[in-house]
Order: sequence, then structure tokens, then C-alpha cells
Amino acid sequence: MDIAKFASFITQAIITGIPLMYGATGEMITEKSGNLNLGIPGIMYVGGISGVLGGYYWETYGDKTNAVMCILVPMLCSLLASAAMAFIYSFLTITLRANQNVTGLVLTTFGMGLGSFIGGSLSTILGSGTTVSLNATAAFFKKPLPFAADLGLFGKTFLSFGFLAYLAVIISIIAALILKKTRVGLNLKAVGENPATADAAGINVTGYKYAATCLGGAIAGLGGLYYVMDYVGGTWSNGGFGDRGWLAIAIVIFCLWKPDLGVLGSVLFGGLYIVYMYIDNLPRAAQEIFKMLPYLVTILVLVLISVRKKRENQPPASLGVSYFREER
Amino acid sequence: METTVPAIELRGICKYFGKIVANKNVNLIVEKGEILSILGENGSGKTTLMNMIAGIYQPDDGMIYINGQEASIHSPKDAFSYKIGMIHQHFKLIDVFSAAENIVLGIKEKGKYDLKKEKESIRTICDKYGFIIDLDKKIYSMSVSEKQTVEIVKVLYRGADILILDEPTAVLTPQETVKLFDVMRAMKKDGKSIVIITHKLNEVMEISDRVAVLRKGESVGSVLTKDTNPEELTALMVGKKVELNIDRSEPKNCEDRLIIRDLNCRNREGAKIISNVTFTAKSGEIFGIAGIAGSGQRELLESIAGLQKLESGEILYNDPESGKQENLRNKTPMQIRHLGVRLSFVPEDRLGMGLVGNMDIIDNVMLRSYRKGHSAFLRRKEPKTLAEKIIRDLEVVTPDAKTPVRRLSGGNVQKVLVGREIASAPKVLMVAYPVRGLDINSSYTIYNLLNEQKNGGASIIFVGEDLDVLIALCDRIMVICGGQVTGIVDARTTTKEEIGLLMTKTGGEEQ
Repeated sequence: MDIAKFASFITQAIITGIPLMYGATGEMITEKSGNLNLGIPGIMYVGGISGVLGGYYWETYGDKTNAVMCILVPMLCSLLASAAMAFIYSFLTITLRANQNVTGLVLTTFGMGLGSFIGGSLSTILGSGTTVSLNATAAFFKKPLPFAADLGLFGKTFLSFGFLAYLAVIISIIAALILKKTRVGLNLKAVGENPATADAAGINVTGYKYAATCLGGAIAGLGGLYYVMDYVGGTWSNGGFGDRGWLAIAIVIFCLWKPDLGVLGSVLFGGLYIVYMYIDNLPRAAQEIFKMLPYLVTILVLVLISVRKKRENQPPASLGVSYFREER
Repeated sequence: METTVPAIELRGICKYFGKIVANKNVNLIVEKGEILSILGENGSGKTTLMNMIAGIYQPDDGMIYINGQEASIHSPKDAFSYKIGMIHQHFKLIDVFSAAENIVLGIKEKGKYDLKKEKESIRTICDKYGFIIDLDKKIYSMSVSEKQTVEIVKVLYRGADILILDEPTAVLTPQETVKLFDVMRAMKKDGKSIVIITHKLNEVMEISDRVAVLRKGESVGSVLTKDTNPEELTALMVGKKVELNIDRSEPKNCEDRLIIRDLNCRNREGAKIISNVTFTAKSGEIFGIAGIAGSGQRELLESIAGLQKLESGEILYNDPESGKQENLRNKTPMQIRHLGVRLSFVPEDRLGMGLVGNMDIIDNVMLRSYRKGHSAFLRRKEPKTLAEKIIRDLEVVTPDAKTPVRRLSGGNVQKVLVGREIASAPKVLMVAYPVRGLDINSSYTIYNLLNEQKNGGASIIFVGEDLDVLIALCDRIMVICGGQVTGIVDARTTTKEEIGLLMTKTGGEEQ
């Protein structure tokens, strides 16, 4: 493999990894509060389609040349819609204490259906067959750093992305810092480890769970937005997002609930996801086997952490369990 | 002391869990700068009462006054604002955090989160009262005593003036207990009020200034430690003998049915939970086991049923049918069951062991006999007959036999469980707390059932907590304390005081 091809592989790995990074960071924040939100794939899907809706609205009724609004409107739509999805999950699992697995899976099914319904309706209205295209909006999202072109291969490989890619890394690192270095992080981890203890220490368990889950959902939703606006360049086609949401959840485990590791893990998974395209003469069947790699790696990691039993690397102790103070 | 306002005053506190009364009309005073012991048997409502002061539960009725002011404590956070801190029996610590992280958890301080600075102030507190802890050590690698120290420092770091310790010595070695008492005295000298929940009389006498006694959820008064003695406290704790009209027949045809010899067993943490237990249960008698909860009763019964790994010892069973002696230690639970040894265990969570809550009575009855069938399909006819017989004979209140058992009340669930176990005509029937949470009538139904089995020649092992019931129902009572047998007494001649003292005697040392 020559250097140019390798550089292009790295670039592809990164841009494939970015939506996963958003999803993984969002899910890590959520899981640190003890909520296992399996609705992340649905939330990311909704995050994508709501961004499309926002972009469509502004392109149709607003000023297409206003870069700030072209970015802000879809982004706000995406954030709000995915936070709202996460809020549904929070209300069901925290307040009504419904089963977290069931609620999450239902939310994914619901999100996929809702996204495809809106996507399908929109393309019918537009008469554009099965896809919706938002070229003007996508152009703003895809705009690379201004000096990237002057830095040759390095610039092309690492700096040629839209701003959402850098935001993903920044958010992940900030999340890691908050978890490690701040009181809020300590409290959040305590809630996920042992809510009764956190409660006895005077931490607002319900508040933390709601906040972490909704914030996590909103961040994950940005992954969907990045996918439609940057990765595929402003076109929506139903089901195009694929199984990326599940990959994001796999990364959470793979990276041991550490958002900073999640940055590297996401790029690695992104690479594994597309590596089959960079191997010449790969038959169709073998391609599918290659696409399986990320999941295989995750299973391997699960086996390893179970064998090693290091306490710090285990999932939050009360992950998946609802908390009720007066339970005897 | 310049002020006479008590640190805490409780007036008429009541707390119910469903139909069960945990606390009824409790009045209690904690003076400033004293060590108060709260003494009482299991289930006398000590911990529930303290949990209400610490904000874990809310009282259903009554008032709490802190420093003379009426206080409403809705959460542990509120309790902190009244400078009350509770050290629970089950530590509220986060395993993957270090000691320091646990101590500072939940504190709202302005400014940057600086663990280094906070560690320094934690060390000042440790030096003041003589605690020794490694602040960077993770909780999961700590011993129980170290964890307890972290808990106490955590409460002190929050500036608590009133400390509540729930059975702090239950998990400590004698040496660690001495250290804890030194620390408690240091805190008292510093003007803090300390409430210690315990049922160990020697500790009460050693550490406390005053003792408040609870019995069956009610306060029965308080005495100054220097004016009292263990005998008087035991009498206060167990109360006057209540006459129960349980028919007790003389044991007939007594043969040695189950011989337990030098049983030893450790729990998962490696602590000794049963040591050198030896006794013989006879046919045609009810053999009672008394002891404070967690003294090894559960493990003992589970050992006999083949559910517990033994360290050493023998469990010999004389089979009345074959006349052979079998060692149950080498048998699987299934083989033991086939010999006719039945365990009906009723822990706090009645449905956890024994019955499946979502299944109806018929299916639950069938859980015991499904192996008898040979076809691929279930035949519900026989279990149905049995279920209906249980409902009729034991007066189970249920719409029909097809009602899921979780929808029945506690007493009725219990009747189904005991009814099913008895239906298989066991040779040895072990019951633990069979009347916990049951009303009087249901309790008597259970007692009568046990008596019927006894008259039928079964050997009954009855683990109970109510001494009145044990004395009125059993023929012999074995008392265990800390996994050791402290005595086997004749239920017809013994007194509650005698049993009470045996229950609190550790390692054979007299108070």
C-alpha cells in the first residue's frame, strides 16, 4: 500500500469514526450515571433526520448564504430532538423505573421508524425519489480548516474535516476531564456506582441521572448530524446510517468507559469498519467478514476485562438498575 | 453543661411498612455530649428509628426536634444540614473510589475541586481523633475495619455533631472494637453526641452513658448505664413473658434423626460464620434455634440442605425407613431432598427463595413434584388437587388456585410455601422465621401445622426470633451467638432472660 493510499485510509477511518465518537461519548456519560441507554442508535438516527429537517427549513425559508444560521438551525434541531428522545428514556427509566433494556431497545426501534418516516415523507414532498439533498447547508458543515490546504499530505490527512469532527474530539476530552478532575464528575461516577451511597452523601441522584442521560443523548445525536451533513454531504437516505449506533455502544465497552480512550477507539473502529475497501480484490462475502471485525474486537475485550477483573475497568456497578430510595 | 436542650428529641414517632409496624409511638432523647446506646432485639425497630433521624425514611407520625427546634428531615442531605451523620451497618461507600474521594463525595464547596487540599484537612481530623487511614487506598482493597474508619471520618468531615452508629462492632475484631471505643471517647470529649445501636450488653456497659431500650417497635424507657446491670437490661429488652396458648404435646417416639458434629463453615469473604456447631435433632420434637440475626442460622440450615460449602464437620442422618445412617455432607441437594429432608426458608424476601412470584399456586406446588412426570406435557391434575387442599386446609385467602402468588398477602404466601413443604411428608422440616410479618391468626395456623408434623413423627428445626414463641412452641432450644452454640436449654423450664443472655454471649466469655 503506498503512502497516499494509506493517508487516505487514515482520513476515511477518522471520518467514519467521528459519528461513533459522538455516540460513544454520549453513551459513556449516560452509563456513568447508571443508565444503560440502548436507545442510542435510535437517538443518533433521529439526531440525523432532525438536522435534515432543520436544514431543509432554513434552505427553503431562510437565507442560504448565512453560514452561521445554516449551521445553527440544523444543529439546534438535532440537539433538541435527540435530547428529547433521551428525556423519554429518562422519564421511563428514572421516574417510572421501567426496565432499562426494554426501554432502550424500544427507543431504538421508535427512533429508526420515526427517522425513516420523516425521511420518506420529505423525499415524497420534494419528489426527489428516495434521497433528500441539502447541498448549501452541507457545504458549510464540510468547510475544512482554512490553512489545511497549505500543509500538504499532513493537512489533507488530519485537517481536512468539517468543524463537527474537531468538536467531537473536544467534547470527548472535556468529558474525560470532567469525569477525572471535577466534583461534578466524581458525583456522577458515584451515582452510577452506588446511587444509595450518592444519595446518602447528599447528591441529587435523580437530577444527575436526568442531566447525564439527556446530555449524553444530545451529544450522541450530533453523531447523526455529522453523518448526514458532513460524511455523506447533506443527503439523507433511509437506513443509510446502518449499524453505527450499535458500534458506538461497542466502543463504550471497548474503551472501558473512558471518553479520552474513546477518541482513539472510535478511529480504530472507523478504520476496521472500512478497511475492506482498501484491500484489493476482496470478494463480497469476505467484505462482510471484515465488517464484523469491530464486534469481534469488542467480544475479545469483554473476555479480557472479565478475565482480568480489575475493578476500575468494570462497568459502573449499578448500570441498568433503577434506584428507589425507600426500597427495603 | 450550660444548656439543658437535648441534641435530639423524638416524640411519638410511628413508622409502618405496609401492615407491619416498625416503630410505634417512640419517644427518645439524646443529650448533648453523651454516648447513648439503643438496645433491642432483632426487629425491635432500632435501625428504622435511626434511619428516620438520618433522613433515609420519613416518619408516618410524630415529631423530631433537633436542639429544641422542630425539624423535618426529608433526605440525608437535610440530616447533614442538622449536623447529623449516620454510619450504616452496610457501608455506604463506593468501591472503586479511594478513601479520600469517598470522604469528599457530595460536599458542595465553592471554588476549585482540589483533592490535595481536601486531603490535608481530612488528615487534620484523623490526627485529632486518632484515626489511621491511607487516604489513597481504594475501598475494595480495604478491610471492614478500615472501611468503617472511612465512614466515620466521612461523617466528621461533614462537620457532624451527632453521630449515629448502627451496630458498629458487629463486624470488628475485639482489638478493632477497643480502637473504635477509644475514638468514640475522643469524639465525646470533643462535645459530640453519639448514638450507638447494639445488642451486645457488654459493649453497652462499657461505652455508653445511658441506654434506651426498644421492644417490638416501642420505647420502653431509658436508664443510666451506671445505675443498671446486664440482667436488668435483658429484662427490659425481652419484656415480660407473654403467655401464648400454643398446644404443646410431649415429644413421642424420640429417635436421633439428625446428628450434627463439629460443623465449621466460612462465608464468601472468608470469615468464620459457623464454628464447631454440634447438636442432635430428634424425631417427634420441635428443636428451636435462637440467636441474633446473622449469627449463622441461615448458613446452618443451608448446610443441612446441601446448599452451603462446609469447611469441616459431619451431618449424619438416620433414615427411619432403611435404618441406615447417611452422611449428608457427601450428598447433593437433590439426594438430600429424596431422603425427606425439607428446607422451608423464609428470608426477608419471602418470594426470593421457595416460590416463584409470577406463577400461580398450582404451578408453585408443582415445582416440587414435576420430576414425577414422565410425559413431555405437564399434568396439572394432581398439583391442582393439592393446591386446592392447601387453600382449604390452611384457609389461604385467594380468589382461586390460579392467582399468581405475588398477588397474595405475606401470610398467605407463607401458608402456600409451608403447606407445600408439609404435603411431601418430610422427615426433617426446617423452617426459618416462618411467621415473620404474619398476623396472629396466620401465625397460629403455622404453629398448629408444625405441631401436627411433630406429632406425626417428623423432626422439626425451627429458627425463630420471637423468644415468647420459641419458648411456647419448641421442646428444646439451642442458642447460637456469633456462629457458636452458647447453650441448649429445655424450653419448658427456661426463661427469656436466660436465652437473652445466651444470645449476647460471645466466645464463652461472661459479661
